[in-house]
Amino acid sequence: MKSESRLEKILSAGKFAVTAELGPPKSADTAVINKKAAYLKDVVDAVNVTDNQTAIVRMFIGAACSLIINLGLEPILQMVCRDRNRIAMQSDILGASALGIKNMLCLSGDHQKFGNHPQAKNVYDMDSVQLIGMVKKMRDEKKFFCGDEIKVEPRMFIGAAENPFGDPFEFRAVRLEKKINAGADFFQTQAVFDIDKFEKWMEMVRARGLHKKAYILAGVVPLKSAKAATYMKNEVAGIGMPDAVIERLQKAADAKEEGIKICVETIERVKKIEGISGVHIMAIEWESMVPAIAEKAGLLPRPGVN
Amino acid sequence: MIVAERKPMEELLQMTAPFGKILVAGCGACVTVCMAGGEKEVEVLSSLLLIERKKNGKELEARKHTVERQCEPEFIKDLDPRAEGVEMILSMACGVGVQYLAERYPKIPVYPALNTKFMGGPVQQGIWTEKCGGCGNCILSLTGGICPIARCSKSLLNGPCGGSENGKCEVDPKNIDCAWQLIFDRMKNLGKLEILAEIQPPKDWSYARDGGPRKIVREDAVL
Ligand code: SF4
Ligand code: SF4
Repeated sequence: MKSESRLEKILSAGKFAVTAELGPPKSADTAVINKKAAYLKDVVDAVNVTDNQTAIVRMFIGAACSLIINLGLEPILQMVCRDRNRIAMQSDILGASALGIKNMLCLSGDHQKFGNHPQAKNVYDMDSVQLIGMVKKMRDEKKFFCGDEIKVEPRMFIGAAENPFGDPFEFRAVRLEKKINAGADFFQTQAVFDIDKFEKWMEMVRARGLHKKAYILAGVVPLKSAKAATYMKNEVAGIGMPDAVIERLQKAADAKEEGIKICVETIERVKKIEGISGVHIMAIEWESMVPAIAEKAGLLPRPGVN
Repeated sequence: MIVAERKPMEELLQMTAPFGKILVAGCGACVTVCMAGGEKEVEVLSSLLLIERKKNGKELEARKHTVERQCEPEFIKDLDPRAEGVEMILSMACGVGVQYLAERYPKIPVYPALNTKFMGGPVQQGIWTEKCGGCGNCILSLTGGICPIARCSKSLLNGPCGGSENGKCEVDPKNIDCAWQLIFDRMKNLGKLEILAEIQPPKDWSYARDGGPRKIVREDAVL
């Protein structure tokens, strides 16, 4: 074991893992976290705590992770390269470990242009691939990036993201491999709507044997309406939203119900793909639906670990 | 070259408002080529300032002169007789030129008429784009001659990020090409995709501005 992470234990035991997302509040209010955490407890194996996602200021990830640990959940601390240089990153990683955080997800991050402080200066001292390498070095070599020794190392289970629907398509599996070579232990993919394309990408991943080198969790997003799906298609770059999905939601008598149905079907399909080790359910501001999705997709109860 | 753009007229009017006698100083180098601060633009700006002043009934004497390069002491000497007795100098050079003038004329306020934007060049008549971020340690050999520092919105060295779609960057798909798509295409054409499969380590930013203001000393050239 590389860490004491429950997620790592589940994955290494060959069990199908389930993760979800919890966006910290845009305030100092802990009640929001309590509420969201209650939906996710015992329903998923670990919970991503997003880092000022879409570049909107939210509660500090370390604090939010710590709060959910106290509520009995296992956090995956997301860290973006947009707001921190290598000094701040390593400092935060040490602090995260001290707070009992055992998983990280390393991301380049949404550009500040999309958030509520587009005037901000960004950092990008490192990119996500380099951040992965740095966390691995801290864990496995017990060294800071500069080479200085770390007496008590942060034992993180290292995650990364990959978007199979981004361009250039033929480079996407190579980029996954780069992240594995840098030290990624697991992946959570961008939300899968175009399952055919996802399968093609997985073929490329398997051709390189990458599914044996890291655990891949397929991302899914329950859609609330045809409008939400259209918005994603038009406004979110690299989402790969097929028109058929939008149409299905348009025609449905109850779009929300249909959205959940599509999500459950997607889980059932990706589950069958060779090399998929779990799902990552991103019910953005709809955390209350995660238990129902997990239930319907036959993912409950979650396995226990020692 | 250095690409700049004239400040909005309103700002320039405000800047010049307290003064009755000014020198509008152009530069014959980069800003002439990018049509922001050469002889022609000096003419235009001076006329606009005069017209506005007339409307307000306030006198303005605007002297005009364009030197070959404002970023070299040798060339700005030419401005000396014209600067004699002016209350301010409005430099139409890039930020470098403005500072050279400020150094040369310690008693005269020197103001910038341009916003200095980037190191780049034209893509077509009237359109310029950024090409180099002056990182101090060029890696173009690894990226097919396309700079990820200046041209990728996130300066990724191991791109592309997940937001690359149809060759465009998620930050502004209408206006920004994804540098990493360009790099990929070029490396593919060169048959060098294997270079992109290698992990590029984090950059040593101490060569860049992050290491403090930079200076080059060429012993062999120093007199
Ligand atoms: S790598 Fe550095 S020096 Fe080379 S073009 Fe890019 S910013 Fe300029
Ligand atoms: S879309 Fe391309 S240019 Fe834009 S940030 Fe991502 S890799 Fe860089």
